Amino acid sequence: MNPDILQLVLFTIVTAATPLLIAAIGELVVERAGVLNLGVEGMMIVGAAVGFAAGYASNSILVGALAGMAAGMALSLLFALLVVGLATNQVASGLALTIFGLGVSGLAGAGFVGLKREAASHLFIPGLSDLPFVGKLIFGHDFFVYGGLGLTAAAWWFLTRTRAGLTLRAIGDNHVSAHSLGLPVRRYRVLAILFGGACAGLAGAYLSLAYTPFWTPGMTAGRGWIALALVVFSSWRPWRALAGALLFGGATTLQLHAQAAGGFRVPAQFMSALPYIVTILALIVLSVWDRRGTTAPAALGKPFVPDR
Amino acid sequence: MRIDLEPRGAPSRMLEILAPVAAFAVALLIGGLVVWLLGKSPVRAFQVYFVEPLTQGWSLQEIAVKAAPLALIATGLAFCFRANVWNIGAEGQFIVGGAIGGWIGLLTHGGAGQGVLGSWWILPAMLIAGALAGAAYAMIPALLRVRLGVSEILTSLMLVYVAELWLDYMVRGPWKDPKGFNFPVTVTFDSSATLPLLVEGGRLHAGVLLALVAVAVATVIFARSLFGFEVRLVGAAPRAARFAGFSEKRLAVAVLAISGAAAGLAGIAEVSGQIGQLQTSISPGYGFTAIIVAFLGRLSPPGILVAALVLALTYIGGEGAQIALKLPLDMTKAFQGVLLMCVLAADVFTRYRVRIVTGGRA
Amino acid sequence: MRKLVMAAAALAASLALGATAIAQEKLKVGFIYVGPVGDFGWSYQHDQGRLALEKKFGAKIETSYLENVPENDSERSIEQLARSGHKLIFTTSFGFMEPTLKVAKKFPDVKFEHATGFKQAPNVATYAAKFHEGRYIIGQIAGKMTKTNTVGYIVSFPIPEVIAGINAFMLGAQSVNPNLKVKIVWVNTWFDPGKEADAAKALLAQGADILVQHTDSAAAMQEAEKAGKHAFGQASDMIKFGPKAQYTSIVDDWSAYYIGRVQAALDGTWKSGDVWGGLAQDMVHMAAYTNLPDDVKKMAEETQAAIKSGKLNPFKGPILKQDGTEVVKAGENLADKDILSMNWYVKGVDDKIPQ
Repeated sequence: MNPDILQLVLFTIVTAATPLLIAAIGELVVERAGVLNLGVEGMMIVGAAVGFAAGYASNSILVGALAGMAAGMALSLLFALLVVGLATNQVASGLALTIFGLGVSGLAGAGFVGLKREAASHLFIPGLSDLPFVGKLIFGHDFFVYGGLGLTAAAWWFLTRTRAGLTLRAIGDNHVSAHSLGLPVRRYRVLAILFGGACAGLAGAYLSLAYTPFWTPGMTAGRGWIALALVVFSSWRPWRALAGALLFGGATTLQLHAQAAGGFRVPAQFMSALPYIVTILALIVLSVWDRRGTTAPAALGKPFVPDR
Repeated sequence: MRIDLEPRGAPSRMLEILAPVAAFAVALLIGGLVVWLLGKSPVRAFQVYFVEPLTQGWSLQEIAVKAAPLALIATGLAFCFRANVWNIGAEGQFIVGGAIGGWIGLLTHGGAGQGVLGSWWILPAMLIAGALAGAAYAMIPALLRVRLGVSEILTSLMLVYVAELWLDYMVRGPWKDPKGFNFPVTVTFDSSATLPLLVEGGRLHAGVLLALVAVAVATVIFARSLFGFEVRLVGAAPRAARFAGFSEKRLAVAVLAISGAAAGLAGIAEVSGQIGQLQTSISPGYGFTAIIVAFLGRLSPPGILVAALVLALTYIGGEGAQIALKLPLDMTKAFQGVLLMCVLAADVFTRYRVRIVTGGRA
Repeated sequence: MRKLVMAAAALAASLALGATAIAQEKLKVGFIYVGPVGDFGWSYQHDQGRLALEKKFGAKIETSYLENVPENDSERSIEQLARSGHKLIFTTSFGFMEPTLKVAKKFPDVKFEHATGFKQAPNVATYAAKFHEGRYIIGQIAGKMTKTNTVGYIVSFPIPEVIAGINAFMLGAQSVNPNLKVKIVWVNTWFDPGKEADAAKALLAQGADILVQHTDSAAAMQEAEKAGKHAFGQASDMIKFGPKAQYTSIVDDWSAYYIGRVQAALDGTWKSGDVWGGLAQDMVHMAAYTNLPDDVKKMAEETQAAIKSGKLNPFKGPILKQDGTEVVKAGENLADKDILSMNWYVKGVDDKIPQ
């Protein structure tokens, strides 16, 4: 394969991985705090609708991205009120949030169907971005891509290197003893959920502002669910989430490139199923190889009611 | 400001019934307000949405037809969720069950392969094959979990997409109707492969009875049998269960098999009773919606039945609202979300006293 | 008191009767869409047809629609329209075929119109559009305009309509440029903007300088615009998404057909049947030819006029299959039923139909 094509292929893998990564990192932090939010798809699609609407009205991609984040946070606040404030069942609340989000996104985006915006501008550093083979790949993305990488690094640093991160993990592993140690369990969880909402909203805004800069209902097409799966895949570790997002994005786009290059005569359904099969296989390999077993936060999904 | 929850000693029966009713009322107020802001009559909306579907014979049948797969799948899922096994791939098990069961309907189409036996065995064979196929498909995440420690959350979800694409492939390829102008549908089943209707000229089919039977059987299992006790114990107190000699792994396999079989049975009942042929897609998301139904019903079979009926009502009322009031479908979805959240929130009031404390430590 | 109640009841009843009498004069027309009306593609275009009805007939009719109706659970939705007094119901996706027929049997006095199907009944008519006519024209344009002799073609599912589209495109292209190669990517969805954009990127990376799509979103058009390449739109006019990229779009235009059928229903002359309309019936409509040199534009307009007048049939012989066997002899045209059930490629298409 010629290096220019290879660069383009890798470039599309990175862009396909970005929305998955951003949403997955947010959910990863939420789950590390012991909360399972299955509403990622709903928050993402609302982020896409509101992000596009605000970006269109203000003619600013930054305003759009911030509005998408705010919309995701607004939905996650509702979720936080339910599962942290009222200790409702997290699985059901998350699914309810997704249904709600799908409806709200349609209402919010109704006036913006068939409109378009310019895509987010890409980084260009004279000299560097022109470098053969790696130039565009490293120095030629839009700010969402770098944002996603920064987010991954920040999540890793926060979870493993800061006191607050340690506290958050302790809460996720055992909220009862964390509470008896005097740690503010519910405050941490609300903040983590809000962070997850902001990430999901941003991932949605990336779709409608940069990936395919227009709004249509249902445009997230299940990416929120994939992001949720990636969190499990990553064993709740940020860098592994990055690897998982690249693997999944890679499997999705590589099959398209293989078809475009020709000579790849396999049923299209099999090609489309490939990313899911690859993810299962990778997970099996990981679990056989990594005998430490699962590192799921022990309190994940369990409602918490402080006794006083 | 903070919210404090104080456990109630024993939840009162009265509250358990009142809470969902109150939740319903709150959701109606919110929905009514939005409808009113859109310049439509909230009273009329209520009538179209909740009253009319309950006052006509045909729509009552439709509610039952829509609720049946939800109740059947959710009843199976209740076993999983009570045992802390997170099967979110019921949609995939539904599809595989419907497809494999339906395959028998295709093989016997036009009297083929019936010989001296006649056709009486076709429907039972389809139902059994559907249930077995669903259970077998659920064995993939089950074995990966107990043998390799792979999380069933991820594998069961991924297998949904694989099942969807496999069915798509089969219906566009090997199974397509040879006289169908190369369109992606199979032949329509013979009457010997179609679940009988319970009401002449109506839509209520025998699959609805399967759901009722499943709910009844599950109720008895949970209340009376050792297995039901085991499921509850492993879920609620895994350590105690281990001391009691229950194997967590064996149980995980068992509950996944049960929920897979229930989903598969729902799949073939839907294909044979409602659709009447195989299409590239045979589920409008029942396997996912059933997860909500399971939790709304508090993982108890009778509760699940009620939850499935209520959810079915919102779908049918929502269509009425689109037609009579020209309310967009997205309104219905958003309202469904609000309703679910209200019911979940109200549940808390039955178990706790809720106090809002202001000025305290946040 | 009792009398009063009865009088009131009688009054109410007569009022209600009056109301229904008026309502009966108003023809209620219902639509079932497979996607959201906001998809800006297939369902959106059908809804444009519905809006054209409202504009044309005003108070004489009332229209309703149900959107995002899953094909596998559509019988109830169709029945609900029939039960709520809709006398003419359009079901606008292939998968609604069997449910439409079932409901039609129960409601013999309601007229049904099913899009893209092949089964009729006394009260079920079918209609579809010859999109391949437009694809022949864009094949010619692509044949003239490509510099790399490589065209990227993004497709959804291997149904006859899509296969016929690829073949017509290829025949059009070969009529002006025998060296054109088409690279085909099956995305296995009608609508996933992200995936369509990825497919577009993959095809551009493989040297395609023109993109053709048989999927619904404007994602591929935008990718072409971004890359400084060209593309053809599908379903709706996508010029907004590719002001420099778009040569033309093949637009689904159902309004003329819908207006005709509603008029017939109002006049009492509605009959079941099967309509397969193309450029001549304005069911297939070409968006303005843009970004083209004058001679190519002229060629496209002439081809369009020739197809419209019936002088040119995109599937006129001789046509060879991929393996070189002749399916249509010189001087003959491919039969309609063979186009409607097409599952083979013409010579020169370098792909295998996924089966």
